[in-house]
Amino acid sequence: MTLPYIPNTQADRQAMLAAIGVASVEELFADIPAEFRIGELGLPPALSEPELVRELSALGGRNQPVDDMPCFLGGGAYRHFIPSVVSEVIGRSEFATAYTPYQPEISQGTLQTIFEFQSMVCELTAMDVANAGMYDGASALAEACLMAAAISGRRRIALLSTVHPHHQAVVRTYAFGRGLAVDVMPPDDLALSGEHACLAVQQPNFFGYFLPDVEALERAVHAAGALFIVSADPISLGLFRPPGEYGADVVVGEGQSLGSPLNFGGPYLGLFACRQQYLRQMPGRIVGRTSDAQGRTGYVLTIQTREQHIRRERATSNICTSQQLVALAATVYLAAMGKQGLRQVAELCYHKAHYAAQRIARLPGYSLAFDGLFFKEFVMRCPQPPSEVNRALLERGIVGGLDVSQYVENGLLLCVTEMNTRDEIDRLVEALAAIGGGA
Amino acid sequence: MSDGPRQADIGARLTFDLGKPGRTAFSLPPCDVPEADLPPPSLLRRELNLPELSQVELVRYFLALSRLNYSVDSGFYPLGSCTMKYNPKVHDKLACLPGFTGLHPLQPLATVQGALALMYDLQRWLVEITGLDAASLAPAAGAQGELTGIFMIKAYLADRGEEGRTRVLVPDSAHGTNPATAAMAGFEVVTVASDSQGNTDRQALASALDDGVAALMLTLPNTLGLFDPNIGRIAEMLHRKGALLYGDGANLNALLGRARFGDMGFDIVHLNMHKTFSTPHGGGGPGSGPVVAKGHLAPYLPTPVVGKDGEGFVLATPERSIGRVGSFYGHFGVLVRAYAYLRTLGAEGLRQVSDNAVINANYVLARLRPAYHLPYDRRCMHEVVFSGSRQRAKGVRTLDIAKRLIDYGFHPPTVYFPLIVDEALMIEPTETESKEALDAFCDALLAIDREAEEEPQVVKEAPHSAPIGRLDEATAARRPVLRWRREVGDGS
Amino acid sequence: MPSPSDRRYTKEHEWVRVEDKMGTVGITDYAQDQLGDIVYVDLPSVGTQVKQLEKLGEIESVKAVSDLYSPVSGELVEVNQGVNDRPELVNQSPYEEGWLVRVRLADPAELDNLLTAKQYDELIAQAQET
Repeated sequence: MTLPYIPNTQADRQAMLAAIGVASVEELFADIPAEFRIGELGLPPALSEPELVRELSALGGRNQPVDDMPCFLGGGAYRHFIPSVVSEVIGRSEFATAYTPYQPEISQGTLQTIFEFQSMVCELTAMDVANAGMYDGASALAEACLMAAAISGRRRIALLSTVHPHHQAVVRTYAFGRGLAVDVMPPDDLALSGEHACLAVQQPNFFGYFLPDVEALERAVHAAGALFIVSADPISLGLFRPPGEYGADVVVGEGQSLGSPLNFGGPYLGLFACRQQYLRQMPGRIVGRTSDAQGRTGYVLTIQTREQHIRRERATSNICTSQQLVALAATVYLAAMGKQGLRQVAELCYHKAHYAAQRIARLPGYSLAFDGLFFKEFVMRCPQPPSEVNRALLERGIVGGLDVSQYVENGLLLCVTEMNTRDEIDRLVEALAAIGGGA
Repeated sequence: MSDGPRQADIGARLTFDLGKPGRTAFSLPPCDVPEADLPPPSLLRRELNLPELSQVELVRYFLALSRLNYSVDSGFYPLGSCTMKYNPKVHDKLACLPGFTGLHPLQPLATVQGALALMYDLQRWLVEITGLDAASLAPAAGAQGELTGIFMIKAYLADRGEEGRTRVLVPDSAHGTNPATAAMAGFEVVTVASDSQGNTDRQALASALDDGVAALMLTLPNTLGLFDPNIGRIAEMLHRKGALLYGDGANLNALLGRARFGDMGFDIVHLNMHKTFSTPHGGGGPGSGPVVAKGHLAPYLPTPVVGKDGEGFVLATPERSIGRVGSFYGHFGVLVRAYAYLRTLGAEGLRQVSDNAVINANYVLARLRPAYHLPYDRRCMHEVVFSGSRQRAKGVRTLDIAKRLIDYGFHPPTVYFPLIVDEALMIEPTETESKEALDAFCDALLAIDREAEEEPQVVKEAPHSAPIGRLDEATAARRPVLRWRREVGDGS
Repeated sequence: MPSPSDRRYTKEHEWVRVEDKMGTVGITDYAQDQLGDIVYVDLPSVGTQVKQLEKLGEIESVKAVSDLYSPVSGELVEVNQGVNDRPELVNQSPYEEGWLVRVRLADPAELDNLLTAKQYDELIAQAQET
């Protein structure tokens, strides 16, 4: 079997073995003790390219992508419009097959786009500095909490109960490492003390709603001497006031909505930005602007002394490889949508979600579970268990929402974005009416 | 105003500096529903400072930037322990199939059985390849895989009432993520010296090994590209003292189809899909760092793992799981590529990868050793570490050699790592490079060695033909400029 | 060039110059040369109690971090703001403008524990031979 990815022929190998001074390749593995040498492993037989395409297409065919149906599912991963220029740019192998830009002279493409990304995240969040990205919104939140603990020397992390449950879980996992305690508090019953390093909130929260009085919350957090961490939906920042304007010390978020497909949960993108004073405690890579001897503008990884390859066990984080190509997708997305486009996307989400909510709430048996300001997601109390409702919707060719009945009785978390047409929304309403009518 | 260098000063103009108010690069349909009242202005943002470009400007800008990058597709990229192998293009096509990209992680499991089947099989094959017992595909990168593995060890020991094991041992040749990971898990890090052969010094290990040690983190082959033949004995030493052996699988490319971590006594290992398994590096990610564990640690794997019940594939939480490490299930888009790679290799292909990777590295060793100092005089595996000490004696540093390689059309190898080698040059060719490519690279390094002797200035002032010269990293760190800001005045 | 004789030195390449129980502390020329371009100095705040040969702070170059040790015990009364704004002062003028902190000495007898300029110069001469 000749693999198209291995150029050397038998003749090449013979010549090289001779130059090395051995008779066979076996001699090169002599350091492996005999007891550990293995025979052939149990993997399926090798496939040629056409066979491979057939196999994988068949596997893909056993899935039902939500793009093929009206979909109202959110809950931390979202179907938003991805302009074609995004895949065009990230498909360039000069971006995709490069690695960490340790040699800046031949990595200006990567480095300059990271600088762009950092700039855009700062503008979006109204914060002073941003890093080159983290694995996802959940781990970005976890690292923000660890950073707050390191800065303050305090050992407890506070989270609002309305932060995405999966994000809460990741914070707990990371907190376990450093022996930090995690306290989850309901928004109307804060119990912050001088032991809390931070309070983290999500805007809009897991159920789609904004905090009614975020200023009061910010005052309470800072009065307790804790850091105020906000996890924000970046699409919402096209319309709503950014956390930097209401006192956030650190802003994190899930960047998947910015130009990345759903991809069954990954790879996604963690956004991370903070105030200038915390720059040296910020994890992740940072790119800075500088110049060469001829005065040409260039970009380099900078303040690297925070990172693992220099500070090792005293590093701000162990993060090395992160999500560069996904961050590039976000950069192209934000450059393509621009000042006007992001606002338009946000407004479309807002209007369509409110239209859907209004129409559904008027159906007998359905009601909005929460009061207040929501963006693109809301929770409906349904006349039947949401699992039943979703099943019935799927039979009608509609992907329903997320079953949140463990938090809200018969609660269904519905998401409406700019990708849902009025037609789709009307169909959803009709279907829900039929389902609710006891069918 | 001079036009020479400034015209080539691509770095001076970002997307924010291009375009004009009113230009757009996107198109969206108008709102087709009655508009709801917007919230009061106090809750809305007043301005959004993002670029306004036409699509043409945008495409030209990013394509111009892409041309400034060196990549595997441009040429030889021998970064040590990074395994910069060729990324098969068919994988891109397959990973972009709508049947994969269009899947929401929270949609009903019955509608994603193909995706779960793929993950289930990949879990199985990683177990088979590593000789351990159970896998989780959740970690997002090698470093997160390490974190996961060390957290699992911590939880396992805590369940046994062994919280007193507060130290993790790490060789002096270890990648920086190893001690950083141990620290993030709340362990004290103790460094163990390497011996004169480049193996773990067993005396040093024995003295460091007491009941307070939780684990030793080992890379095998290590970052010197050397296989420690005493690995079996090392595993025994640790286990006898109640400690565990963690494997950093970054260098698996040398062992594919030849030896398995499980057989050698490793308790838990992380793998790097973007290294051994051919998924693209992306300029710094996304990667993927699955964790594979022996039976006693399997219950601690992060959630979820893909399992099977009577009906089909399901997502399960191991009984003593350390919890979630990410929002969802791991980097599915990357895993599709790794899966496709293993389907292309089959069992026979694994050996071809490791054979060719090891031959290539030893060939480079043989060709360069007349000119460059080889600190550990033995066969290497898939990578070789030289020292630029001879050249430094002539006044030329490894840094200069690296920059001069750029003029010869190559990406430099890793430099100044591992830390235990002075002026280190760490070269990993991978199996996807041809003999001619290796010869050209070695010829260049030999030429640079001669230049170091005869005209050192040309080396010390390199690169001469890169898009940009050496950059002022000191000023970048002293007076950081980390984001675009609107210029005040005409910005000249 | 021999190290200035009006001060004392640690083995970790810090110096202290004392006038009226007030010690000015910095790093030596050898140290700044070894470190390369210094980009950041991390020092404790005024009022901190420091102890002889215990960690005082950190000094960073582009690619490395080094711990700083205090040559004397006492109360830290002043931090050189100039070095905060322009870390390159430490490279350019390690014995004068690049001073780091001033400490009010708790025990002047401690200076006997430190090296003289001559002893320090011998130390670095040996280091350079290896």
